Amino acid sequence: MSEQSKNTTAPFLEVKDLAVEYYSGGKVIHAVNGVNLTLEKGKTLGLVGETGAGKTTIAKSILRILPDVGAKVANGQISLDGQNLLSLPEHEMRKIRGNKISMIFQDPMTALNPVQTVGDQIAEAVRLHNGGNKRQAEERAEEMLKMVGISADRYYEYPHQFSGGMKQRVVIAIALACNPDLLLADEPTTALDVTIQAQVLDLIAELRQKYNTAMLLITHDMGVVATTCDDVAVIYAGNIIEYGTKEQIFDHPTHPYTIGLFAAIPSMSEDEEWLHPIEGLPPDPAALPEGCAFHPRCPYATEECKKQPIAMQITKDGHQCRCCCMEQIAKGE
Amino acid sequence: MAEAIAATKTTKIKKQSEFVRVFKELAKNKTAMLGLIILIIEVILAILAPVIAPYDYTAMDIVAAQQGPTMAHWFGTDELGRDIFSRVLYGARYSISMGVLAVIISTTIGMTIGSIAGYFGGWVDNLIMRLLDIIQSLPAMLLSIVLSAVLGPGYFNTILALSVNGMPASARMLRAQMMKVRGNEYIEAAQSINCSKFRIIVRHMIPNSFSPNIVQATMAIAHMIVMAASLSFIGLGVQPPTPEWGAMLTGARQFIRQCPHMVIFPGLAIAVTVLAVNLMGDGLRDALDPKLKH
Repeated sequence: MSEQSKNTTAPFLEVKDLAVEYYSGGKVIHAVNGVNLTLEKGKTLGLVGETGAGKTTIAKSILRILPDVGAKVANGQISLDGQNLLSLPEHEMRKIRGNKISMIFQDPMTALNPVQTVGDQIAEAVRLHNGGNKRQAEERAEEMLKMVGISADRYYEYPHQFSGGMKQRVVIAIALACNPDLLLADEPTTALDVTIQAQVLDLIAELRQKYNTAMLLITHDMGVVATTCDDVAVIYAGNIIEYGTKEQIFDHPTHPYTIGLFAAIPSMSEDEEWLHPIEGLPPDPAALPEGCAFHPRCPYATEECKKQPIAMQITKDGHQCRCCCMEQIAKGE
Repeated sequence: MAEAIAATKTTKIKKQSEFVRVFKELAKNKTAMLGLIILIIEVILAILAPVIAPYDYTAMDIVAAQQGPTMAHWFGTDELGRDIFSRVLYGARYSISMGVLAVIISTTIGMTIGSIAGYFGGWVDNLIMRLLDIIQSLPAMLLSIVLSAVLGPGYFNTILALSVNGMPASARMLRAQMMKVRGNEYIEAAQSINCSKFRIIVRHMIPNSFSPNIVQATMAIAHMIVMAASLSFIGLGVQPPTPEWGAMLTGARQFIRQCPHMVIFPGLAIAVTVLAVNLMGDGLRDALDPKLKH
C-alpha cells in the first residue's frame, strides 16, 4: 500500500469536487460548492477570500471535524497520499487526525483549554498519537516549547498567563508536535499584531522547512500570501474562482474579483484619499445568484454570466480562472 | 541531554497540583477558612464521639430528666434524662454524613446525565431534560416525603430520597455550562488533535464547566442537612432513638416552652454546620474561578 502510494503520481493532497452544506432553520446553506485543489509535499497553498467564503469549512472537511449535526459533505473526494479521507471509517481517520494532518486555529485566545497547563496540552497531543508513557510525552512537549521559543520552565503555566503571540506559538507547538505531513493553518496571524505576525510566520516557515510539511494557509491577508505561499486559490462564495502560482496571481490577476481585491490594497507609495472597495456584499450562501456567483458585483458582467455557472478555464501555464470575459478584461487593461 | 534533564528538574519543582493551588487560594480567604475549620472540628468530634461523649447517648436517667445546662450535662438533658451533648455529638455523625453522601450521589449522577445532555444536545438532551422537568415539577419537600414514604424510613433510604431530589439541579447546571463551553474553539482544537468524545467530555469540557457545580454541591450539603433533619422531624427519616438532629427536634418540640434548651442545642448544631458549609462554599467559588488565578 505504501509502495503503491509512493509510486503513483497522484498529488499528496487532492480535493475533488468538494461540496459542503449546512442546514440551519430549514434552509440549506451552500458553504462549499465543488472545490478542486491539489497540494504537493512541502508546498504551501494559500486560500484567500472574504469572511464566509467557505475557507475554514474546506479545512474542517479535510480534517473531518465538521459539526455532526447540521453539516454534511454533499459531494466530493479528499485524498491524502492516495487514501480517500471521506470514506475512511472513523477509527482509521483518528490515526490521521492530529498525526498526519493538524490544524492551527484562528484565535489563540480561545483555542487553548483555560484549565489545563500549556505543557499538558502539548503532551496530550503527543500521547494521543505516539503512545508512550507520560514522561516521554512531557519531554517531547518541553522540546516543542523550546522549539517555538518558550522556555521549558513555563510548562506548568496556564494559557491566561501567556500573551497572545505566545499562545499562538503554543497552538503551533501542539499542531507540530506529531510532525504532521499536512498543516492546515486557519488564519494563524489574524488575531496578532504585525510584529508578532512576522515572528509567527517565520516560525512556521522554519519548522515547515525542517519537517518538509505541506501547508494549506487560510488567510485574507495578501501580504501574508506573498511571503509564504507557492500557490494561491482565490475563493468566492464557496468556489475557487482563480487558481495559480503566486506569481501568476500577483502579476496577472485575471478574475474581476481578484483584480478588485488587489485594487482594494492601498498603495504605499502614492497618496491615496479613498480606498477602492469592491462594490456590494458577498452573496447570501443560502440563496446564491444564478450563473456566476460574482455577477451582481462584477463590472464586466454580461447576460451570459447570469444564465449558467461558468466553467473553469485554464489559460497559459495552468493558470485557472472561472470567468467568461477573461479576454476582454485582458484587452481592456 | 544533560541540559534537558536539568531543565526538567527545575520545572518539576514548579508543578503544583490543582488541589494544592485551590487550597492555597482558599487559605487566603478568612471566612472560608473559618467555615472549613468549624467543619473539620465537627467531623473530628463526630468521629471521636465515643471517646469524647461523657455519657452513652441512649443512657436514660429519669431522675435527671429535662435539666437545663449544668456542669454534669453541658447541654442539659432531654425528657428521658439522656445527655443532650452526647446526643448532639453522635448526631453529627448522621447529619453530616447524610448531607455529604446525598450530595455525592446526586452530583455524580446529575453530572453524568448533565454532561451527556450538554455534549450531545438534540433529542438526547430533550429526552433527559424532560425527565428532569418531571422530577423538578414536584415540590422538593413533597418529593422527598413521597420517596421516603415509599422506600420506608432509614438512613440509606433517606439519603436516596434526598439524592433524587438534588440530582436535577446539578444536571441542569452542568448541562448549561457544557453548552456554553461546547462552542469554544479549544473543543474544536481538541477534536483536531484527535481526542475521543469521552476524552473531550472528561478532560476538556467538564473541567471547564464544573466549578459552578462544586459550589452548588457545597451549598447543597447545607440544604441536604436541613432536608434530612426535616424528614426526621416529620418522622420519615432516621428513626428514634437514633440521635439525628432533626429527630431530636421532633422529640423536643412539645417541651419547647418549658425546656427550650432541648430545642436550642440540636437546632444550633444544624445552624452552625449549615453556616460553615455555606461560608466554605463561597470561598471555594472564588478559589476555583480560573479567571481569578494569579
